[in-house]
Amino acid sequence: MTSVAPGYFLALAGLMFTVGAVGVLVRRNAIVIFMFVELMLNAVNLMFVTFARMHGNIDGQVVVFFVLVVAAAEVVIGLAIIVAIFRRRADANVDTANLLKW
Amino acid sequence: MTVDFAIFAIVFVVALGSSMAMLFAKNAVHVALFLVAAQVALALAFLLQGAFFIAAIQIIVYAGAIMVLFLFVIMLLGVDRRDALVEPLAGQRALAVGLGLLLAAEIVYVAARGVDLVAATGGDRALGAINEDPGNVVALARLLFSRYLLPFEVTGVTLVVAIVGVMVLAKRIGRMGTSVAERTEPREEVPV
Repeated sequence: MTSVAPGYFLALAGLMFTVGAVGVLVRRNAIVIFMFVELMLNAVNLMFVTFARMHGNIDGQVVVFFVLVVAAAEVVIGLAIIVAIFRRRADANVDTANLLKW
Repeated sequence: MTVDFAIFAIVFVVALGSSMAMLFAKNAVHVALFLVAAQVALALAFLLQGAFFIAAIQIIVYAGAIMVLFLFVIMLLGVDRRDALVEPLAGQRALAVGLGLLLAAEIVYVAARGVDLVAATGGDRALGAINEDPGNVVALARLLFSRYLLPFEVTGVTLVVAIVGVMVLAKRIGRMGTSVAERTEPREEVPV
């Protein structure tokens, strides 16, 4: 195992989460937004693995396993929704899907 | 120590650099490829910290299956689409970047405070012993099928729900070639 302190990994995970959050706010393409959500999930996975290492058990790694499964289900449903929207209006821009806007 | 830190530095630069590149890539395919690079770097970070099974799963499921699904949908919807540059809310982008920088500063501050603190825990030795004696995969499996058995079953239900949901959403029904979502409302004109 590496001798690099867990704090550095936590910093990396936090910075990647920040980039993901900014990307969700800045980008307009629904698929690209989805990929930034995946980036945030990945960053949190790194945090769980790091916390598992800090505590000296592997419960955190089990949580990563569940996050992976939920992410897979979420991606499949989300992409199906995007394809359904695309069939209706031939556009993946999130701003055009404003039918429910007040 | 220095070799370990050099490896971590490579992981850090690749992971953070490719996530930053995702922000600036115009083409959705490039965004996906940068995401793959970031995920491979993260798999290396998992490996460094003794999470061997998770590192393998990261490559197989994330960088493999999920990203292929993303690329498939990008190809389906058309590759040459550019991101719209108009801002529907004035100043929203600048505000997002400003708040992101603030969050990054906070995280770096907290992590810098915590580096010495967390380095003192004896977790490395305990996790190393677990990875040595029953082995990483065996220990994970024992935990998964004992303490986390109920969440594991719920995971299976989640996947079945996702499969059924995707079939309902994506299937074209009838000769008209319309999906369920399309038939509930009259078809709207495509905005130009």
